[in-house]
Amino acid sequence: MAERTVAVLAGGLSHERDVSLRSGRRLSVALREQGLTVHEWDTDASLLARLRDERPDSAVVALHGGEGENGSVQTVLEMLGIPYVGTSSQGCRRAWDKPIAKALVAKADFATPKWTVLPHSTFRELGAQAVLDAMVDSLGLPLILKPDQGGSALGTQVVRDAAELPAAMVGCFAYGDTVLAERFIDGVEVAVTVVEGDEGPRALPAVEIVPESGVYDYTARYTAGLTDFFSPARLSDQAAKAVGELAVGAHRLLGLRDISRTDAIVAADGTVYFLEVNSSPGLTETSTVPMAMEAAGTSLGAVFADLVSRAVRRAS
Amino acid sequence: MTASQPPEHRPGSEPGRHNLDPHLDRYAARTAGMTASEIRALFAVASRPEVVSLAGGMPNLAALPLDSLSRQMAELIAEDGLVALQYGSAHGVPGLREQICEIMAMEGISAHPDDVVVTVGSQMGLDMVTRLFCDPGDVVIAEGPSYVGALGSFAAYQANVVHVAMDDDGLVPEALRQALAEAARHDRRVKFLYTIPNFHNPAGVTLATERRAEILEICAEHGVLVIEDNPYGLLGFDGQTYPALRSMDPDNVVYLGSFSKTFASGLRVGWVLAPHAVREKLVLAAESATLCPPTLNQLVVSRYLSTHDWKGQIKTFRENYRERRDAMLSALEQHLPPGCTWTRPDGGFYVWVTVPEGVDTKAMLPRAVTARVAYASGTGFYSDGFGSRQMRLSYCYPTPERIREGVRRLAGVLESEMELVRTFGSVTTRAVSGPQFPGPDTA
Repeated sequence: MAERTVAVLAGGLSHERDVSLRSGRRLSVALREQGLTVHEWDTDASLLARLRDERPDSAVVALHGGEGENGSVQTVLEMLGIPYVGTSSQGCRRAWDKPIAKALVAKADFATPKWTVLPHSTFRELGAQAVLDAMVDSLGLPLILKPDQGGSALGTQVVRDAAELPAAMVGCFAYGDTVLAERFIDGVEVAVTVVEGDEGPRALPAVEIVPESGVYDYTARYTAGLTDFFSPARLSDQAAKAVGELAVGAHRLLGLRDISRTDAIVAADGTVYFLEVNSSPGLTETSTVPMAMEAAGTSLGAVFADLVSRAVRRAS
Repeated sequence: MTASQPPEHRPGSEPGRHNLDPHLDRYAARTAGMTASEIRALFAVASRPEVVSLAGGMPNLAALPLDSLSRQMAELIAEDGLVALQYGSAHGVPGLREQICEIMAMEGISAHPDDVVVTVGSQMGLDMVTRLFCDPGDVVIAEGPSYVGALGSFAAYQANVVHVAMDDDGLVPEALRQALAEAARHDRRVKFLYTIPNFHNPAGVTLATERRAEILEICAEHGVLVIEDNPYGLLGFDGQTYPALRSMDPDNVVYLGSFSKTFASGLRVGWVLAPHAVREKLVLAAESATLCPPTLNQLVVSRYLSTHDWKGQIKTFRENYRERRDAMLSALEQHLPPGCTWTRPDGGFYVWVTVPEGVDTKAMLPRAVTARVAYASGTGFYSDGFGSRQMRLSYCYPTPERIREGVRRLAGVLESEMELVRTFGSVTTRAVSGPQFPGPDTA
């Protein structure tokens, strides 16, 4: 039987291109070690022709942000009938929009920090200071600002003093036109990877994140050494079970497929808060997903080779 | 710890703890600031053809006679391969050093080939000069703004940079005098003035001829060495050249030259011309850094200089860049919102733009990348957090059409950002967290 061919899609035009290229390279090496033939393709004007001409057995979407996570690339793969690893276009659209994901998860009685979503136009039309004051009254301080879409903590700002809010808003709006403001919850920050197998989705051991600076921002994420990770996380059995249930719950509620990563906080009182979910999580040298796989006794290559087989079976 | 433990587990660390850098407590203090940056990451997008990058200082190599160069390189290997592929002297290939002296003569420099040290780009020259002269805490004076790669070298050797103002005629002598007096008042040792007199990177201005002697006099009075960085000197759009500082004070000027902007940046061939005693030390420093500059690349440059009409090629480059400068200036005039100002270079690669109060060009960059245009934000060209209202636009690489489109996009981005500033008020600039390090996008 000929070797299975896989197209790893990485790069793209989102702000997370650099991270995606790193994820794609790492995944490609891992899949080659599993005996697969791997092409690394960027999502440019030549992609469709390549997919049509070479018809890989499966694609793996290692794109982060933008078209790779908002369902666009998945829609194209679906139109071309090419099996792929990862969440369907519909599921992507739900997970990609952080406020929608939070609302759906909250509706299922999982805790998530109190939040509000505001477009730039609201500040412009109603007066920034009045809206900011209302935001602080409603959410309290500190709070965290994020673009409503996107990952890698790009544009994310922790605001501890109301005087910092205008500058933080401008920084956040540089990445998008709508801001998600969330109450900042102090606690143990964890990332929980969910992988689907024959028995359905299961949570891998949670990875605890302890950034040296106290904030897990872009620099803390991608500079080796600036963050300590604990895998498994230093949680009570009860908390470890709860974060796993949250991650699997979010995966199911949002209709995610194959693999996802849920970011959560375990507060001092034991409450587990959902922060956000990633349908195409980072796979770089400093990402938590490969660490979780290692803690579970498996590897990036083995997990994704299995997911490729599942994608191919799903299509046949 | 056993040999089978994964390397990321630090000895004596808690079970399950991963610190992904086991060398964290071993690094020298000079590595502070060598961290991942979301701004650098954005330049990965800028390399895509959909994005008009006005950020990088890449020369327009499409203007080179590539067919003929490829023949010359093949002949070089065939005829002289055993020399070209072998180690050479740390001092550099003698024939090339002679040719370099002929080039420098075009800007009034009379030099002996023995006083030239060939380097891996002038960036290496800058690094070596800083290594020779700067102890941690020493003061280096540089124009404000200054070349990001120089600031990176100064930071690596833990020197403190004091910026001195420029105007349309380059470095302001009175400001230099004041900076030196201020340093003396605080008992701070100033080791050298680092200056880019011609077609400044990033400011685009040129030091007026009448100021040159005065700058040299001030430095001599205060016992301060001058480092003259001159990669763009032959790229005056009217073919004009200016007297090199080195030509006016050979004993107190170390001169840095480069083939990156006049021939091919990928060859990484530059040079330092230094007074004899300094040159001796530079050769030893170069030996310890690289053993020798790449012989093959030096011979490629040497052969190019002896067989091609390199002066004609520079003229071609100048004409290309003048056309692109014109395209940029007229597009800026046409599209940029009121309140923006910019310099008008008569040579080199760059325009320095100042945007209206309250707009932070670093914070704005993600929005620009979303709009498929990129620039170099101003803070990278200062060591002290200034420059948030400035940006450097390069016209050297994109075609005139792409430049016009890029400026049109940039204008839209600026309008949106100005609307945000109107909404939220003038925002406090975020301070620079550490030294900046050059990348190809800011060279």
